[in-house]
Amino acid sequence: MTEPVRFFEVIRYTLGRLSSLIISLVIASLVIFSVIEVIPGDPASFMLGINAREDTLAALRSEMGLDQPLAVRYFDWVIGLLQGDFGNSWTYKTPVSELISDRIWVSLPLAIYALILSTLIAFPAGILAASRRGGASDVTIMGATQMGVAIPNFWFAMIMVLIFAIHLRWFSAGGFPGWNSPLQGLKSLTLPAISLALPQAAILARIMRSSLLDMLSEDFIRTARAKGLTRSQALWRHAVRNALIPVITIIGLQFSFLLAGGIIIEQIFFLPGLGRLIFQAISARDLIVVESVVMLLVFTVIMVNFAVDLAYAAVDPRLRSKV
Amino acid sequence: MKRGLIIGSFLSLVFMGLACISFLWVPYDIETLEIANKLKKPNFNHWLGTDHFGRDIFSMIMMGARTSIAVALLAVGIGVAIGVPLGLFSAARRGSFIDEIIMRGNDLIFAFPSLVIAILITAVFGASAVNAIVAIGIFNIPVFARLTRAAALPLWERDFVLSARVCGKSEARISIEHIFPNITNLMIVQGTIQFSLGILAEASLSYIGLGAQPPTASWGRMLADAQTLVSIAPHVALVPGLAILLMVLGLNLMGDGLRDLFDPRIKVERT
Repeated sequence: MTEPVRFFEVIRYTLGRLSSLIISLVIASLVIFSVIEVIPGDPASFMLGINAREDTLAALRSEMGLDQPLAVRYFDWVIGLLQGDFGNSWTYKTPVSELISDRIWVSLPLAIYALILSTLIAFPAGILAASRRGGASDVTIMGATQMGVAIPNFWFAMIMVLIFAIHLRWFSAGGFPGWNSPLQGLKSLTLPAISLALPQAAILARIMRSSLLDMLSEDFIRTARAKGLTRSQALWRHAVRNALIPVITIIGLQFSFLLAGGIIIEQIFFLPGLGRLIFQAISARDLIVVESVVMLLVFTVIMVNFAVDLAYAAVDPRLRSKV
Repeated sequence: MKRGLIIGSFLSLVFMGLACISFLWVPYDIETLEIANKLKKPNFNHWLGTDHFGRDIFSMIMMGARTSIAVALLAVGIGVAIGVPLGLFSAARRGSFIDEIIMRGNDLIFAFPSLVIAILITAVFGASAVNAIVAIGIFNIPVFARLTRAAALPLWERDFVLSARVCGKSEARISIEHIFPNITNLMIVQGTIQFSLGILAEASLSYIGLGAQPPTASWGRMLADAQTLVSIAPHVALVPGLAILLMVLGLNLMGDGLRDLFDPRIKVERT
């Protein structure tokens, strides 16, 4: 009897999330579109600068469709995005989708690499700190996370270049050799991934610790202890699994930080990713590229958050009813 | 835990003090370039050495502290000035359609990658300290709105609010006279945390050239300038980074300390 009810609940929850996902995406696209629109003058004269010739301006205006009404332009842009047509770059003279597909193979692996590192550092650190609460390792780990949260990651990146690239010569100071040799590619992403991961690992370790400590005061842990399990047995067998629920959400949120944070880290290590693409587009005033790449990043972040919400509900059925 | 509060307040006050003193006096004028004196190691005349233009790094740190603190504080100000009233309003009209709209709007801003939007704003409207403040400030609004609403909701159930209602006070007056004074501690703690995040965000923006423009000194741009010099003169890169690290660390320790001091039970969102 309960199965059909649960089924409908799942459908209802998913539909609810889906509708807020769509609203978010629509508003996000409107915001990005209007930021570009409210530029003083018009986008074409912004892109070409003050010395532009009138005929070049007119050519760009008609290419960007600036002679069309606002609503038409917005829908053209959105429908184009949905069909994978991101417009043509004014400076590169190539479709923006090509520019993106070249660079996404740097940015995405970088974010995933950093996410894996962050998790690998944070989980043991958080669990160790929680299991030795108040002890020397807890104090050390918590002190380290305070530093980790406070360090600007681009500065940390510079320090690592100084140590591991310039002095020890273990890594190159920047650049990306491509994926022809996966090992070399991965190696060149290592320093950037570590610098991206560090602050996130610090945050994650703190959340892991406090989430575990919350769990340890729960009744089921007391039951487990009464059953004869030691503190660390109870922690490993019962608390860690339950503590993961809030941690999953944070990992999802971190992915968006990592993708966006990559923009700056790519600059430092001269990685040909989406971040560099945005910067080059900004300095070249290539608004079509800026607009589409920003929309792509926002889209990815919103989608990841959506996926996390669903995963969250799958892990903890109590949350579904709260929608 | 009191130790954290003392160390944190000390660090924060040192930088705020440096920023204040810089209005009256700096060891060297940072707008005069002395190329002959460039990239000097820290010495008796130049406590933290000189940069590639021969400018005194200690003076630049003092002037940079001013920029960082001003940008971050004003960004917190935007968050408080808009977010707190929104949160109070939402809590007063809890469950209403407007409450729902405000909270959904907050969720939406949270879903945006703040750095990307900050870059978009400053790229389009031009790089300047003011645009950096706005770009950082926008993302402080939902933080304060959510926190205010969450803290105000249980207060609306309390007896003193009921008494105020019986006296015939309006929702707006109750919010201002009774709810707000009871959540100021929480706002101070969150304000400290957002202040520290603002310092980091300002440093990131000015590092990529989208913050305060020359000749205004900023820690982020000092780092950007130092990047190519890191192998010849590491101190030029180390000093501004350490300044950011210590200031942010100080504010975080202070925030945590204040939280424990005000109420050990409250939890502050760290975004």
